[in-house]
Amino acid sequence: MSSFKRDKKEEEDGGGNPFQNIEKTTVLQEARLFNENIINAKKCTHILTKILYLLNQGEQLGATEATEVFFAMTKLFQSKDVILRRMVYLGIKELSSIADDVIIVTSSLTKDMTGKEDLYRAAAIRALCSITDATMLQAIERYMKQAIVDKNPAVSSAALVSSLHMTKMASDVIKRWVNEAQEAVNSENIMVQFHALGVLYHIRKSDRLAVTKLVARLTRMSLKSPYAVCMLVRIAAKLLEEEETGNDSPLFEFIESCLRHKSEMVIYEAAHAIVNLRRTTSRELAPAISVLQLFCGSPKPTLRFAAVRTLNQVAINHPTAVTACNLDLENLITDSNRSIATLAITTLLKTGAESSVDRLMKQIATFVSEISDEFKVVVVQAIRALALKFPRKHSVLMNFLSAMLRDEGGLEYKASIADTIITIIEDNAEAKETGLAHLCEFIEDCEHTSLAVRILHLLGKEGPRTKQPSRYIRFIYNRVILENPTVRAAAVSAMAQFGALCPDLLENIQVLLARCQMDSDDEVRDRAAYYSNILKQQDKTLYNNYILDPLQISIPSLERCLREYILTNTEEPFDIKSVPLAALPTEEEKQINNQKSDGMLITTGPVKPIPVSREENYSEKLSTIPALQQLGPLFKSSDIVELTESETEYVVCCIKHCYTRHLVLQFDCVNTLNDQLLENVRVQLDPSEGYKIVNEIPCPKLPYNEMGTAYVVLQFPEDLPNTVGTFGAVLKFVVKDCDPNTGLPDTDEGYDDEYMLEDLEVVLGDQIQRVNKVNWGAAWEEAGNNFVEMEDTYSLSSMGTLEEAVKNIIQFLGLQPAERTDKVPEGKTTHTLLLAGLFRGGFEILVRSKLALADGITMQLTVRSTDTDVAELITSAVG
Amino acid sequence: MEGSLLQPTLYTVKGIAILDNDGNRILAKYYDKNVFPTAKEQRTFEKNLFNKTHRANAEIIMLDGLTCVYRSNVDLFFYVMGSSHENELILMSVLNCLYDSVSQILRKNVEKRAVLESLDIVMLAMDEICDGGIIIDADSSSVVSRVALRTDDIPLGEQTVAQVLQSAKEQLKWSLLK
Repeated sequence: MSSFKRDKKEEEDGGGNPFQNIEKTTVLQEARLFNENIINAKKCTHILTKILYLLNQGEQLGATEATEVFFAMTKLFQSKDVILRRMVYLGIKELSSIADDVIIVTSSLTKDMTGKEDLYRAAAIRALCSITDATMLQAIERYMKQAIVDKNPAVSSAALVSSLHMTKMASDVIKRWVNEAQEAVNSENIMVQFHALGVLYHIRKSDRLAVTKLVARLTRMSLKSPYAVCMLVRIAAKLLEEEETGNDSPLFEFIESCLRHKSEMVIYEAAHAIVNLRRTTSRELAPAISVLQLFCGSPKPTLRFAAVRTLNQVAINHPTAVTACNLDLENLITDSNRSIATLAITTLLKTGAESSVDRLMKQIATFVSEISDEFKVVVVQAIRALALKFPRKHSVLMNFLSAMLRDEGGLEYKASIADTIITIIEDNAEAKETGLAHLCEFIEDCEHTSLAVRILHLLGKEGPRTKQPSRYIRFIYNRVILENPTVRAAAVSAMAQFGALCPDLLENIQVLLARCQMDSDDEVRDRAAYYSNILKQQDKTLYNNYILDPLQISIPSLERCLREYILTNTEEPFDIKSVPLAALPTEEEKQINNQKSDGMLITTGPVKPIPVSREENYSEKLSTIPALQQLGPLFKSSDIVELTESETEYVVCCIKHCYTRHLVLQFDCVNTLNDQLLENVRVQLDPSEGYKIVNEIPCPKLPYNEMGTAYVVLQFPEDLPNTVGTFGAVLKFVVKDCDPNTGLPDTDEGYDDEYMLEDLEVVLGDQIQRVNKVNWGAAWEEAGNNFVEMEDTYSLSSMGTLEEAVKNIIQFLGLQPAERTDKVPEGKTTHTLLLAGLFRGGFEILVRSKLALADGITMQLTVRSTDTDVAELITSAVG
Repeated sequence: MEGSLLQPTLYTVKGIAILDNDGNRILAKYYDKNVFPTAKEQRTFEKNLFNKTHRANAEIIMLDGLTCVYRSNVDLFFYVMGSSHENELILMSVLNCLYDSVSQILRKNVEKRAVLESLDIVMLAMDEICDGGIIIDADSSSVVSRVALRTDDIPLGEQTVAQVLQSAKEQLKWSLLK
């Protein structure tokens, strides 16, 4: 019985599939049949199909194998069987990239392409073009031109599509076929029209005027092909976007008129274009929105999907415009296609008013259990955006999120909920206590170690500052009893934070830590002993340095430095100060990250590599240059400064690399003239007083359109106030005229030339690395004892608001804002900004800036630093 | 902004695939070198795509940064993939053309065994629908007329009889299996 079953199973699986168990070697053996004198078309077709099937399944052929098959295949041209011939064309296309000497079939294919059999001609053209290279193209150019204007639409289309493929290798030749393509646009056949437009646009796309004319002509003649109209809409939209004029041009009128086209494809394309044009106003948006609204009720899922996805995009910039569709969107919440339902709900969340939040949350609650994790994540992201928009609704949203936390779900989903709660806690002080309570409850029953560790870390950071820190201790200590070593270790660290910040709990914490020292795991015991000993000292400085402020160095750099240290084999102890600090993401980068994840249905694609700090990247590049190696570790690299306009003959950018005593200027140069080869490219600097040029490394050769780099190494002046200054800069080089095509110089003799660059400024921020102080207040107090303090008052007349002032101060000083003081609460007239950083050479800086708004802004700046000169520099630089 | 304007290009289709009811590839073509360059990545994507689509009959899904439209029949799944910003309706028109062409080629008998029996013709049809990512034709009757249907194999009068026999055999088998 069992064998019978198996037979059945096999029959089901393989019986119907003649290709189930074929092997490469056997099939290649069979291919010898192609060489026989009389060709059996049926058999050969079958063998060829097997070969193509194998290739399609991902089987790899070696060059010799492929060439052998290819040559055998050429014999099949003797047969008159239509299908066999067509399969040979397919084979030629598949093998053209692997086999050698494929051009030998050129004459056979040329014969087929110009022959009488219509079934051969179109396919032969496409096969021929796949084996043709730039030199061979000349030989068949005449036939191609004829084919483009052939009256058989298939032939014409094949020729046009193939020309487009070939523009990659021989765009010059294809450009000569513009007249033929022009004629083909007028074809009756809709596909020929579409392909001809594609070719025409590709030929002319670099010439704005020609494209404008093309569009103007075609918009008047009303193309028959919906595909061609879609293409035309895209071209018109691109032109509109590049043009500086408003949307009252004929181009916009054309796009708008396409909203009334009879094909849905074109209507959607036009609506999509209008929505995505940057300058579209709400009024111009209205007709597009109403078309999309209509699509929302379509029976076709694809149409509903397209519509709701586009509306979702609109909601980002014009939420009010979409409110008209709210009713339609609400109907889509129960759509059987979950992508559509999710998009509808996130769109609604974006457009919803504060009053409708409660109702919407109720609706989501009914359907959230039915959708897959991926969509839940999208919903959670939308809720996060909503919470940031309506901070007063935090209790409703928080309750909803905690209910979701308790549901079943994977790590990614849970992590996104926890993230959202954390964001809400950080953004809204009122929500803090409830949020922490929800998270505490969650870790009681959390199967994901990584998530539990994160939440414990957060509890350690935020818990001690709440009104009743003691209530969190129980939750944390429960973890020590119940969890795996990783979580236990994290719980120990969290408890230590409480011990350091809440003196009245210290005794209890010590008891708990003592118990942890009997743990079975090394790491847990080590941590407990470590923290217990530090807490015994009862010394604020130790607390700050070893419990509250974590190490802020970049981990990849630490790894590199340690590796180097081991290789050098010295007696000296390793100096942790030599490791560059981790670069903190700036506010803008954070915002970009937030926007990316904002509610769109982008499923997780390939995982991005872990971001390495910019310093680390540069450090690696700079350390390959011998002259820069003895400067020590790189302290900080500035952002890129452009020293030319972006569209000049030579484009130069500068990056300032700051070392302990030296400043390295990296000049990235691009030569945009294709008839010049530049040699010995260097930047002549006119440094400000006190700077000394130590070394110059010119760029030996700068061919057209390649980036070359020249370096200048300067020594910082001894006097700190002199380190801020402006340098004049001139680009110097030897020009050799060259042939634009080959890039080879015409003569060996060049002439000297120079090019003025914009002045380069070295500012305070270039010499300061931002440091994130978790506990700024404690650090400040401690600094009061042994740091130098300087204070001054300034009036910042040029700034009108506190936000603006805060932004400018942060940017100017290059320091990291602490304790979220970079956000100014609304409606206040005074604000205190707390900053921290490290000056090159390892001098710590703490800055408190008190701002008051009254006819301009008054600022009292207090600087505490380990070095007098640094403190003085900062106070003087601001003025 | 998220959905930037679409580039005016003819390269619309990123890939076409026909899978069986276990998610195995029958035929698949990827047209963009930057999208799944290796066979292994393609397989992983297809498995993933199949798992997400074989139960929910929802016609469209976004996966790995691609918009995928799909359609299934008996034991076959047809997919057309395009960039996530592509006009979904254009992709749908390609899918419909693919499905209808195969259906006409197989005389409405759209199932795995039939596809494998006429694999050569189905390959030719796919080649006629899309070449290197450019839609060549989206009209199924014109595609079918171009792929040179083997009309001499079965005389026209007997075609239906052969079909009837075939389906009777199938039904018998299925009823026995139950």
